[in-house]
Amino acid sequence: MGTAFERIAVSALALLASAVIFGLLLILYAGVDPFEAYALMYQGAFGSWFSFQNTLTRAAPLILTALCTALPARLGLIIIGNEGALVLGGVAAAAAGVAVSGSGPLVAQLTMAAAAMIAGGAWIALAGGLRQYRGVNETISSLLLTYIAIALMNHFVEGPLRDPSSLNKPSTHPIGDANMLGTIGGSDVHWGLALGIAACVICYVVQRFTTFGFAMQVIGGNPKTARMMGLNVGRYVLIACFAGGAAAGLAGMVEVAAVHGKANASLAVGYGFTGILVSFLARHHPLAIIPVAILLGGIGASGGLLQRRLDLPDAAVVVLQGIIFVCILASETLYGRSWNWLWRFRAVEGR
Amino acid sequence: MDGSDIGFWGVPLAMLAGAIRVSTPFIFVSLGECLTERSGRINLGLEGTLMMGAMSAYGTALLSGSPWLGVLVAAGVGLMLGTLHAVLCQLPKVNDIATGIGLMLFGTGLAFFLGKPYIQPKAPNLGALDLGGWSSIPQVQQALQVNPLFIFGILLAFALAWALKNTRWGLIVRLAGESVDAALAIGASVARVRLLATAVGGAFAGIGGAFLSLYYPGSWNEGLSSGQGLMAVALVIFARWDPIRCLWASLLFGAAGAISPALQSVGVTQGYYLFSAAPYVLTLALMIATCSPARSVRGAPGELGAVK
Amino acid sequence: MIDKFNIGRRALIGSAAGAAAFGLAGGAMAQKPLVVGFIYVGPRDDYGYNQAHAEAAAVLKKMAGVKVVEEEKVPETVAVEKSMESMINLDGATLLFPTSFGYFDPHMLRMAAKYPKVQFRHCGGLWNQAKNPMNTGSYFGYIDEAQYLAGIVAGMTTKSGKLGFVAAKPIPQVLRNINAFTLGARSVNPKATTQVIFTGDWSLPVKEAEATNSMIAQGVDVVTCHVDSPKVVIETAERAGIYTSGYHTNQAKLAPKGYLTGAEWNWERIYVDFVETMKKGGVPGNFVRGGLKEGYVRTSPFGPAVSDAAKAKVDEVKTGILNGSFAIYKGPLKDNKGNTVIAGGTAYTQTEPVLEGMNYLVEGVIGATS
Repeated sequence: MGTAFERIAVSALALLASAVIFGLLLILYAGVDPFEAYALMYQGAFGSWFSFQNTLTRAAPLILTALCTALPARLGLIIIGNEGALVLGGVAAAAAGVAVSGSGPLVAQLTMAAAAMIAGGAWIALAGGLRQYRGVNETISSLLLTYIAIALMNHFVEGPLRDPSSLNKPSTHPIGDANMLGTIGGSDVHWGLALGIAACVICYVVQRFTTFGFAMQVIGGNPKTARMMGLNVGRYVLIACFAGGAAAGLAGMVEVAAVHGKANASLAVGYGFTGILVSFLARHHPLAIIPVAILLGGIGASGGLLQRRLDLPDAAVVVLQGIIFVCILASETLYGRSWNWLWRFRAVEGR
Repeated sequence: MDGSDIGFWGVPLAMLAGAIRVSTPFIFVSLGECLTERSGRINLGLEGTLMMGAMSAYGTALLSGSPWLGVLVAAGVGLMLGTLHAVLCQLPKVNDIATGIGLMLFGTGLAFFLGKPYIQPKAPNLGALDLGGWSSIPQVQQALQVNPLFIFGILLAFALAWALKNTRWGLIVRLAGESVDAALAIGASVARVRLLATAVGGAFAGIGGAFLSLYYPGSWNEGLSSGQGLMAVALVIFARWDPIRCLWASLLFGAAGAISPALQSVGVTQGYYLFSAAPYVLTLALMIATCSPARSVRGAPGELGAVK
Repeated sequence: MIDKFNIGRRALIGSAAGAAAFGLAGGAMAQKPLVVGFIYVGPRDDYGYNQAHAEAAAVLKKMAGVKVVEEEKVPETVAVEKSMESMINLDGATLLFPTSFGYFDPHMLRMAAKYPKVQFRHCGGLWNQAKNPMNTGSYFGYIDEAQYLAGIVAGMTTKSGKLGFVAAKPIPQVLRNINAFTLGARSVNPKATTQVIFTGDWSLPVKEAEATNSMIAQGVDVVTCHVDSPKVVIETAERAGIYTSGYHTNQAKLAPKGYLTGAEWNWERIYVDFVETMKKGGVPGNFVRGGLKEGYVRTSPFGPAVSDAAKAKVDEVKTGILNGSFAIYKGPLKDNKGNTVIAGGTAYTQTEPVLEGMNYLVEGVIGATS
C-alpha cells in the first residue's frame, strides 16, 4: 500500500497531528508547556545512552508479543490473546527452568524457550482451531483465553509451583542465576531484543520469499479461492496461530529468564495488550513492528520524567499512545489519494 | 448459628444478588454494541467509553450534587466518543476494529488523566429501590436492592429488540448491517445510519459507566472497570446480536462473577483463582457448544467484518 | 501550574503540614539538595497503601534542602529498575524508596549492585546482612499491633459475632493482619469468628464490593480489609449500615457512622529519620522495624459507635504493648485446621523473624490459605 516515501510522509504527518492534539490537551488541561514536555520526552526516550537503552529494554517484549497478532493477521484473523500466551509461556518457562536448572545454561535456556513457545503456541492455536473447526470467533475466544490464562498463572504461582520462601510476592522457585539470559555486549539491554528482531526478520523472510508465505497471502486475501486452489486453510491457520503464540510465549520466557528469574504475577503487566497496538500500528508487517515497538517503548520510557518534572499523571502517556494510534489509523485514508481528500469526507459504501 | 444463617442456600442467592448488582454495566455496554454491530460496524472502544462515562458521571455528580445529571452527562460523553468512532471509520480504508482498539486506549487514558482530582472526594450515590421488603430474610432483602438503571437496562433490552424487529428505523439499521446494496436500494444512507447507531451505542456504554462510578461499586478509581467493557463487547457475539440474549448473557456473566466470593463466604476456599475465572470459562464453553463450523455464525449481520 | 489533578496532593500536603514543622529544624543550607526518590505501585491518592507513603513523602517535601521526586503506577518489572536508574541518572537521587514489596528482589537488588553509592531502602522486604549489599535495607511497621487493637474494638462491637476480612492474597503480611485482628477480637469475645474472602489481586473494586456484600449476606457486621485501597470496602459496608475498621490510612471520612477505628501507617517517622541521617552524612539503618511504640503505626481515632468499655480495653492492652509486657502471638496457639502452630509457653516478640513468614490462619478464622 503506497510507496515508501508516501508511507513515511503520511506516518510523519500522523505523528505531527498527534503531537499537536496532545500538546493542546497539555496546555488546556494541565497548564504545561508542550515544548517543554516534548523536550523531556526526547530526553527520557532517546536523549542519552541510558535513555536509549531504557527505550530498547521496554521495546523488547513488545516486538515479540506484537507478532502474536501480526502473524494470524496475514490470514485475516484478529487475535488479541497475546497477554495470555505471554503469561502461560512465562509459567511454562519457569517450571521447565526449575526442572532442568542443573543441566547447564544452554540446555536450560533452550528447554525454557521450547516450553514457553509450546505453551504460548498451543494456547493461541486453540483459538485458531476453535475458529477453524467450530466457527468460534477468534477475537473473543482469544480474549477469554487471556483471562483464563491469567487465572491459571495465579493458581500455579500461588499453588502447585509456589516457592514457600517467596513470602509476600508468591513466585515459583528461581531458575538459578547461572541460567539467566545476560545482556547484549556492554549494554543493559537483555537478549530478548535480539530474539525479537530475529523473529521479525525470520517472519518477514518466510512471508516474503517462500511458497508458504505466498499461500498465507492468498488465504488472507480470499479463503474461498484458497480452498478452491486446494490449500489446506485449517493447517495454515493452526500454524500461523501457533507461531504467533509461540512468539508471545517466548516473550514470557524472556521475562522470566532475563528479568525476574522466576515466574510471578508481574508477568501480566500489559506487554501483551501493548503488543496488539504495535501490530496494528505496524499494519501487521513484521519489519515495521521493530520501529513501532521502539517508538512505544520510548513513550513508556519518558513517562517517568513527565511525572517527575511536570507533575503530569502517569496516564499522560496512555493518552498520547491512544492519540497516536487513532491518528495513524485515520491516516490510512491518505494512501493513494490526491491531496484533496480533506474535502471528501465521503462514506465508504460497503467494504 | 442464628436465624439469619441460610448456609449453602446463600450461594445461589448470592449469585442472584450478584447478577442484579454486577450485570448492569454489561447490559448497557452489550446493548450499545449490539445496536452498533447490527448496523454493520464493530466498536471495540466501548471499554474506553465506559471509563469516560464513569469518570464524567462521577465528576458531574460531585460538582453538581446530582447523580442523575451525572448519568446524563455520561450518556453525552458516550455519544461523543461513539460519534468520533463513526466519523473516523467513515474515512475510506480506516478499519473499524483497529479504530476501536485505539479509542479504547484513548478513552481509558483520558479518563485517568482527567479523573485524577475525583479519586479522593465522595460523590452522591444513585441509591437503590428496596424491592425485598416483603421478605423477612435479610439476605433476600439485600439481594433485591435494585438500582433504577438496572430496571431501565432490562426495559431497554426489550425496547431495542422490539424496535429492531418492528419499526422502520430498526429495519433500516438491520438492512445497513445485512447488505449495503439493499440499503442503498431503498435510498437509506448507510453512513448516516451507522453514525447514529454507533453514537447511540456509545451513549448506552456511557450510562453503563455511570452505574459503575455512581452506584456499584460506587466510587471512581482507575481499577474500576478492569476489562468489563471489553467483555461486554464479547458478550454480544456470544448473544448472537439479539438484545434479549444480551440481557441474559449479562445476567449470567454477573452471576458467574459472584461465584468466587459467595463460595468463599460459605467456606469453600480451595482454588479461588479458578473460580474467579468461571465467567470466562463458562462463556467460552457455551460459545464452543453453540457454534458450528458449517454455517457462518447464526444471526451475524452480513456486513460485519470480524465474524465472517 | 494550575492543573486540577493537584487538588488531591495539595490536600495531602495541607494535612501533613503540622507534622512537617519539626522537619524544618535543621535550618536552610545552601548546598545541593538531597534528592529522594519515591516509587509507588499504584496511584498515590488511593486512600490506601500508596497514599500512606505519599503523605509521608509530602512531609519530606517541606524539609529544607530536600527534593522529592515521585513516580506512581510503576509495575514490578524492569520498569521499576529503569525508574530507579532514571531517578539516579537524570535527577541525581541518592536515596530511593521503592515502596512495593515486589520491587525488592530482583529489581532493587540489581540496581543497588550497579549503583553502590546510592542508598536504597525498601518497604517490607526481609533485608539479610549475609545476602544483601550494605547500601540496601528494609523497613516495616508492625501494623498487626494496630490490627489487634482494632480487633478488640470489633469483637466488643459486633452483635452477630461474625467479622469479615476482605483480603487480596494469602501472603504472610496479610495473614498476619487477619490473625492479629482475629486474636484481638477473640480475646474479648471468644465466640467471634472472622470470615476471610480473598479477591486475588490488590485492586479489584467490583470484586471487593462483591466480597463485602456476600459477607454482609452471611450476617457479618464488622468488616475490615487488606487491599491496596480500602475505599470501596468501607463505602459498601457503610451503605449497608454495618461497622467498618480501616486500613493503611484513616478512612473515617468515608464512613462517618460505622467507622470504628483502623490500623494506619505512620511512615513519616521513618522517612524523616532516614533523611536527617543522610543530611548529617550518615547512612540510614539497614533493618528497621517498629510498631506502636516506635510510632510507625497507629490506630485511627475511635468512631461514634465504639463503647467506653472497648476504649478502656484498648488502652489497657496498648499500655501492655508499649511497655513490652504484652505479646500478641503466644502459645498454645492453634491454626484453623487444629494444628498447634505456637507451642504452649512460647511467646513471640514482634521482632521474631518466624512471624514474617506466617503461613497459617488462626483458630476462629473461616477461610484457607490456598
